[in-house]
Amino acid sequence: MCGIIGLFAKQKPIENRLGNLLGDMLITMSDRGPDSAGVAIYSEKESSLIKVTIQSEMSETDFPNLSTFLKKKNYSSARLKVNSTHAVLLIKQESARTALHDMKLNFPKIRIMSIGKNIEIYKEVGEPESVVERFNIRKMTGSHGIGHTRMATESAVTTLGAHPFSTGTDQCLVHNGSLSNHNSLRRGLINGGISFETENDSEVAASYLTDKMNNGANLRDALKSSLNDLDGFYTFVVGTEKGFGVLRDPIACKPAILAETDSYVAFGSEYRALSHLPKIETAKVWEPEPATVYFWEHR
Amino acid sequence: MMQTLDLKSLSLREVNSNLQGSPQKIDWMIKNPMGRHAIAVGLDNSINVKIDGSVGYYCGGMNKKANIVVNGSVGPGVAENMMSGTVQVKGNASQYAGASAHGGILIIEGNSSSRCGISMKGIDIIVQGNVGHMSAFMAQAGNLVICGDAGDALGDSIYEANIFVIGKVKSLGADCVEKKMEKSHKNLLKKLFMKAKIDNMEVEGFRRYGSARSLYNFNVDNANKY
Repeated sequence: MCGIIGLFAKQKPIENRLGNLLGDMLITMSDRGPDSAGVAIYSEKESSLIKVTIQSEMSETDFPNLSTFLKKKNYSSARLKVNSTHAVLLIKQESARTALHDMKLNFPKIRIMSIGKNIEIYKEVGEPESVVERFNIRKMTGSHGIGHTRMATESAVTTLGAHPFSTGTDQCLVHNGSLSNHNSLRRGLINGGISFETENDSEVAASYLTDKMNNGANLRDALKSSLNDLDGFYTFVVGTEKGFGVLRDPIACKPAILAETDSYVAFGSEYRALSHLPKIETAKVWEPEPATVYFWEHR
Repeated sequence: MMQTLDLKSLSLREVNSNLQGSPQKIDWMIKNPMGRHAIAVGLDNSINVKIDGSVGYYCGGMNKKANIVVNGSVGPGVAENMMSGTVQVKGNASQYAGASAHGGILIIEGNSSSRCGISMKGIDIIVQGNVGHMSAFMAQAGNLVICGDAGDALGDSIYEANIFVIGKVKSLGADCVEKKMEKSHKNLLKKLFMKAKIDNMEVEGFRRYGSARSLYNFNVDNANKY
């Protein structure tokens, strides 16, 4: 099953409440996905710094040690903002590559969840409500965000198996459905030099889109080509630095609903997810057409 | 007499059991549906139920005799398996509206998405907007009236049932063909609009689609295709 959500702020008051609204949306989708939950939130950029969201099962020791390590190694600009099992590492673009390489060698348990200018990803196993509380998602602000509640079908219930999946700079994907040709697609992508963290089908979809975009396609064209190459059932919501896109497979048996007002665009697996949003009663509410790419971007 | 049931303070089960055991004379108003599932299902008495807002899956499912009006949009499977009565939707409907329903009338004032009237078995469905792909898939009996356009594969693998469309049909499904609109069909359509209290639709311009009945029996010439 799974529940997916997305919220794109058109006005400042929604940006200020983004985490709070996403939290409600995620929790109303609990019975579609009680196994694990996660959000990607596109929050304020820090000038000339990039954000790296990292995660560790040994966060209590790993994160303080990493902080000390980075200082010792003279990454003076690096800052670590710890949030439960996750942390956002802020670091100067020019030193990021070597710093992440150093981190990988010295802290093998630390995983990179996302890299980008504004993306932050928080995901864990457990009821969506506990995930929202663990990361204090309600306090977060941002220009847009997407989220997922998981009922696992394709791979194990683990932190890394939870959505969103980020496979490219400031990119992420949430998926409701199941892909039937993900193994052959994965093999093709591995041959092209892409590495995978999980056995999950949705990670393949995310990597597929990243690969297309790395080869020059924009998100719209990447999504369009997935209609030919991905086999199975899917509703995707894909986040980028500037906005989010929605795509349903041609059969469109996975539910989806969109709502738009002057102040936001919202996506939900069901209307329930949108029912708490401001002025939803007067919003334009519609079901996205199958095999049609929808996209909203901040200028 | 009007009575209000508020889903903010009552559980879904409390609301539905009030409706299911209701005497005929009461008109019910359901407040704060908030997209919840299975509201007003399994009703079996001629009561009037108004739902003030949008609902989720299976609203009005298995309805018998009741007259249900949704002042909003509905999720997947509205009026699925309805036996008799009326379900009227003021907004749009999601997938498989009126699925497998045996009787009664379903009126959707907005659009209805994919698989509207899938496996319908005698229900009358009037959609005042458009319908999505694979509508009337494997339909067996009843009438699907589309006052807008129809998506791909309309009437795929249809057994019987009438499909009336005034707008464009993107494509027809397997074994679904256009049929002659006889006087009797125009009268039938008129009656359906009267029954639905729709007075702004003319029957002229509607085309009728139904089964070519070529899938009823196995064609031995196709044997090597399997």
